[in-house]
Amino acid sequence: MTKSRNLLLPVLFGAVLLGLWQALIRVYDVPPYILPAPSDIARALWVDGPELISALIVTLQVTIAALLLACITGAGLAIVLVQSKVLERMMMPYAVFLQVTPIVTVAPFIIIWVETPFIVLLILAWIAAVFPIISNTLLGLKSADRSLQDLFRLYGASRTQTLRRLLIPSALPYFFGGLRISGGLALIGTVVAEMVAGTSGVSSGLASRLLEASYRLELARALACFVLLSVTGYAIYGVLNWLSGQLLRHWHESAMDEPGV
Amino acid sequence: MEGSAGSVPLLFENVSLTFANGTQAVETASFSVAAGQFASIVGPSGCGKSTLLRIASGLLKASTGQVTTGSSKSPKVGFIFQEPTLMPWATVFENVALPLRLQETTESDLSDRVTDALSLVGLEAFADAYPRELSGGMKMRVSFARALVSQPDVLLLDEPFAALDEFTRAQFNDDLLRLCEHHSWTTLFVTHSIQEATYLSDKILVMSARPGRITTEKLVPFPHPRSQSLRASHGFLDFVTEVSRDLKTTAGVAAQ
Repeated sequence: MTKSRNLLLPVLFGAVLLGLWQALIRVYDVPPYILPAPSDIARALWVDGPELISALIVTLQVTIAALLLACITGAGLAIVLVQSKVLERMMMPYAVFLQVTPIVTVAPFIIIWVETPFIVLLILAWIAAVFPIISNTLLGLKSADRSLQDLFRLYGASRTQTLRRLLIPSALPYFFGGLRISGGLALIGTVVAEMVAGTSGVSSGLASRLLEASYRLELARALACFVLLSVTGYAIYGVLNWLSGQLLRHWHESAMDEPGV
Repeated sequence: MEGSAGSVPLLFENVSLTFANGTQAVETASFSVAAGQFASIVGPSGCGKSTLLRIASGLLKASTGQVTTGSSKSPKVGFIFQEPTLMPWATVFENVALPLRLQETTESDLSDRVTDALSLVGLEAFADAYPRELSGGMKMRVSFARALVSQPDVLLLDEPFAALDEFTRAQFNDDLLRLCEHHSWTTLFVTHSIQEATYLSDKILVMSARPGRITTEKLVPFPHPRSQSLRASHGFLDFVTEVSRDLKTTAGVAAQ
């Protein structure tokens, strides 16, 4: 009951907005190169669908690869940093550097230094995505219950045992919190990287198609790209949310009555 | 669980602890708990009871003096915290198995020992449950099973019943008494309830606050096995009153 209403309300709201948009375009006779009607965007989606989807797959490949890389390197770095306070103090400023540097400003250098376009995009999207994972995982590793840590010491647990059986499980909910943020950032990073790197041709991603279309004032097509990217962002968030819920559902408060997306 | 036959005494020799900030937490404590004996430390909160227990476990290092067991071999210690202190991501079985996993016990042996420990606390049926599915009392039982699974020589309990309701607490007291009567653990129990200490112990150590000091040592005169009816007897109440008076005069703190 509540669940269907949760879905119904936003859908209804969206439908009303789209209807209003459609009506205003018709009433004021706005030309499609200024603002296309929702029906024009839908037609562009339908007609150019297969082509746009294959561009989306290119973009998604970069996004997913960057996200996986961010998981491995981010969690790995957090595990290294938690080993010693000195190490953390020494390296954390550089991790922050990844976060605060706009990737647009890094892009020109990466483009010069790296030849393969895929790798260029991968590096830029990784820079955008990795920090939340590092910082959240680190926080999680440090939040392990004190008494449990005492217990592990009492039974003479080795560093590796404590890491594997106590610190990593404690950090898991935090890691997923970071991952959910990074999922969105990886997509944003990929899109920005595609636009900056100016990849083109048939093997280019959806963001390049969006730019191309807007240059030609094919706004319906550009907006169709935009819609696809937004939906993809939602889907990534949804998948990560579901994954986190599955893995934490037995024990973590956050996964018990998760509203979901 | 009969493997704890090689019971050891616990000897505190001039143990003191001063924290880095200069606070003296424990002032020269010297006492002994005989092999297989159940001793309780009672005292006002913040007097250093738990600190003493942590020194006994090796989690804290004494500034002076030492805790020994009278033999060269280091004793196996079972520690029970104030809170159940369970891993929320692990099942009851895995929580109890933890000490064995950390000591890398072989799998077949491990399973038997965990099942034994769970049956000692009456939780065999809950091996696959997660901590959040259990009541506070049941979580505490899991914590007990975990302390017992490594077949400890010395059992250290830090106010484990403080968070439980009166009824569960009384039941726990009886269960602990029954377990201790069947096993020869050397037990050091921290509580602020003199009644509980009297009911469970062979010996009571009264501690005063700031700095923490053992002021009185009293042997409890009641024979084992004990039952709840003991608690209503005149002898029992007289003894409790006597210990309360000791606590009041030495510490200047109202107890009970």
